Amino acid sequence: MTPLRMSDGGTLPGPGRVRDTWVIIPLYNEEQVIGNVIAEVLTAFDQVVCVDDGSSDRSAQVAARAGARVVRHPLNLGQGAALQTGFEYALSDPAMKYVLTFDADGQHQVADALGMIERLRAGEAEVVFGSRFLDERSKPSFVKKLVLRAAVGYTNATTHTRLTDAHNGLRAIDRHVLGQLQITQNGMAHASELVAQIGASKASYVEHPVHILYSDYSRAKGQSLWNSINILADLILR
Amino acid sequence: MKNVPIQLVLIAVVLLTAVRLLRARGARPQAVRRLGLMVFAAFAVWSILFPQVWNQIARFVGVGRGTDMVLYALVVAFLSFTLTTYLRFRDLEHRYTTLARRLALDEAGPPQPRVAVPEQEQPYAGS
Repeated sequence: MTPLRMSDGGTLPGPGRVRDTWVIIPLYNEEQVIGNVIAEVLTAFDQVVCVDDGSSDRSAQVAARAGARVVRHPLNLGQGAALQTGFEYALSDPAMKYVLTFDADGQHQVADALGMIERLRAGEAEVVFGSRFLDERSKPSFVKKLVLRAAVGYTNATTHTRLTDAHNGLRAIDRHVLGQLQITQNGMAHASELVAQIGASKASYVEHPVHILYSDYSRAKGQSLWNSINILADLILR
Repeated sequence: MKNVPIQLVLIAVVLLTAVRLLRARGARPQAVRRLGLMVFAAFAVWSILFPQVWNQIARFVGVGRGTDMVLYALVVAFLSFTLTTYLRFRDLEHRYTTLARRLALDEAGPPQPRVAVPEQEQPYAGS
């Protein structure tokens, strides 16, 4: 079979692909991996938007060539700002039913993402949070585990939610809930802010076990543990 | 505990400034801040003309010397300045984020569904 060529250079969606979901990927200086990440997401999802957060490398071009729609921030604003931009972009598509947030560094699995959308579709909840602590597949370092546990403890204590993993970039959100979210934390504190707003909106949520693949690349690019102190300060002084 | 009065005063002032600055938005708080600044300036002039006023205040709240009192006052002033500046920057950041986001979204155009290129149209189901 010769695949149809699409207006954006990709190929025609096959049967069983997800067409009512926008996959939102905040993108900042990931030119090495973003092409593969998008190619993999496009095997299952039709619509991918990369919010390029003022990358200084060729991330935006690579993403566009890989078949994603690219929204480019004119300057670096932070991952929280990029997510909110992605939300607003997805909301401007009347056919969108769900969004999925996905990390650009290749540590998330498309199979997990599909499972989360299925749970939204089944009406199990309005928000599905990915959690790396529901099974033993993910292997964070001891210190990382400790900090993530502390973070989720803080989030649970300050919001009306009970989660096992607060800083996981893989989330699936129903359109109805998405319209009520407004991320103002441009930096990394947005993860807790998002949880707080979802808790306040009284939306129903579940957690879905996801496998976070810690590669040398993602470890090198990932959050410095020192940054957790900055996140805490941002949250307290909001 | 010789310094209890000054400690109480300082802690109260620090907490009050923090709460005020965290809550205060709009015309009235700004006016209050400006009035406060004018009172502060007037008092500064007064204390230059009559330096012993610091000693009187210091004795009144239980600090040994006027110079110590000035130092404490400065610490409080600096802290409130830091907070105001931080909040002002946050506000500014929020504004330019909104602006940059609008620019980015306008430039990207509306999200369109992926459509097949017309001249290559062929029946999909049978391929």
